[in-house]
Amino acid sequence: MGQTIAEKVVSHHAGRQVMANEIAIVAIDGAMATDATAPLAIKAFREMGGVRLWDPSRVVLVIDHAAPAPNEQVSNLHALMRAFGREMGCVLYDVGEGICHQLMVEYDHVRPGQIILGADSHTPTYGALGAFAMGVGSTDLAAAWLTGKTWLKTPASIKIVLDGTLRTGVSAKDLVLFLVRQIGADGARYQAVEFTGSAIRSLSLASRMTLANMTAEMGALTAFVDLQGLDLPYRFDPIHPDPDAVYSVVYSFNVDHLLPQVAIPHAPSNVVPIDEVAGTPIQMAFIGSCTNSRLEDLRAAAAVLQGRKLAPGVRLIIAPASRQVFMMALQDGTIATLTESGATFITAGCGPCVGTHQGIPGNGENVITSTNRNFRGRMGNPHASIYLASPAVVAASALRGVITDPADVL
Amino acid sequence: MSVFRGIAHVYGDNIDTDRIIPGKYTKTLDAQTLAAHVLEDLDPNFASRVRPGDVFVAGYHFGAGSSREQAAIALKVAGISVVIARSFAGIFYRNAINIGLPLVEAPDHAILDGHCVWVDLEQGLVVDETSGCVYRSARMPPVMVAILRAGGLVNYLRQYGDYEMECAAT
Repeated sequence: MGQTIAEKVVSHHAGRQVMANEIAIVAIDGAMATDATAPLAIKAFREMGGVRLWDPSRVVLVIDHAAPAPNEQVSNLHALMRAFGREMGCVLYDVGEGICHQLMVEYDHVRPGQIILGADSHTPTYGALGAFAMGVGSTDLAAAWLTGKTWLKTPASIKIVLDGTLRTGVSAKDLVLFLVRQIGADGARYQAVEFTGSAIRSLSLASRMTLANMTAEMGALTAFVDLQGLDLPYRFDPIHPDPDAVYSVVYSFNVDHLLPQVAIPHAPSNVVPIDEVAGTPIQMAFIGSCTNSRLEDLRAAAAVLQGRKLAPGVRLIIAPASRQVFMMALQDGTIATLTESGATFITAGCGPCVGTHQGIPGNGENVITSTNRNFRGRMGNPHASIYLASPAVVAASALRGVITDPADVL
Repeated sequence: MSVFRGIAHVYGDNIDTDRIIPGKYTKTLDAQTLAAHVLEDLDPNFASRVRPGDVFVAGYHFGAGSSREQAAIALKVAGISVVIARSFAGIFYRNAINIGLPLVEAPDHAILDGHCVWVDLEQGLVVDETSGCVYRSARMPPVMVAILRAGGLVNYLRQYGDYEMECAAT
């Protein structure tokens, strides 16, 4: 019987033929934790009797969720991570390097066909590189540090075929918001999502990461974006699904006429085309997170804001995905354009998206953001309302002070 | 470890991890602090009302969102003995088992708040004593039963040193 990509990768790592719903113990290729999850993992690892990591070169710690530390309590947890990193000799990216998922890809910790565990729910992002990447909690991660293995129920797969070409001003974020609406918040629960079709071919790696990233909002365990058209600096053998692979469901969409999309409070699956919410006042705008804060995202915002000023009473906060993204945006003038428009830059990291510090909205405020979740209280205040959109929509809305289709201002 | 009996606290669908424990409270290794803030934005009285051994009952997709294990820890330390839901988000489900918080998926339950409920994990049975209704759940994978039986993944690995293939067999 034919296999899906997920079944092939799990079989390879289990050392035997495995099909959907079978439990397997698999060797892993990498394990990532952040300051939101590593401290608990360190505690669990010690309690398990752990004294050394199974392979320090494959263990990555990232200080990004509340970085720089907003108080002494968080600073002490960061210090715990640094001490553990030194003792174990593993890889540690400190304050300001950037967002975990961005760094895993930027620094080549992920390759096609690997199995990577990440103690963060947006780990499926690495599906943009054809890796089986799965989010876990701290104790699961500690066990992986100790054994170099994990157990999993091999996921069934959903196939999403995307054909056509996105219109100017419509991005991968609009596409994935549309898909989250179609599939539902738990429509892909515990499944692998395979993206394929001609519309993928023209997408950048950054856009593919955005697609894979938000499969977490469909409940997916992992995601795979077809590698066709992707130019990677190393040789690899792409894993193709067998023609007779079995899928739990296949969706086909043509993206030619897709409009910008907005997720309205308080769920990422509450998605509407922008014309249904255009005109809603906003007080805060944020461009950041593992979903949309890469160079192409900052450039999309700069294209909207070039030579113009933010609406009075609106603050636009930007956290680049990484130091490298920040450097590139400095060199090409994007940072200057955005800063001149009135935007404020903060450290590359996750803070406002998780509501831990820097950019927490006030009571009754509306926020438009390029992040991935608009659960009540997500950005640190349960009395604020969060709208999710593409960086271009966030920028256009910050320019007008109301939710705005970028086509109306470009 | 397999039979639990307690009073049900019933909540709805799509209760995400930010509702169970907001991100701003997760920056600690102190489990009591987590328990003190559990579900506070959803129900400010929950932490003071819950008694040791109580049962948490939810609808679809309980634990959606973040990988934060603190959500499962907060519920357990607050006194919840077992969580019943119509369905669970994947990472939350694993986290709960890993820290020794039993879970049971009962897609068709009609349990009401305040009902007395008992759960037999081995048999996959949920019984609402107050209404007399009996619900069946899917059997938990053997590897999960083994982890839960050990009291969580820390104890499991202390005991075995590695994952046991026979535990994983379906």
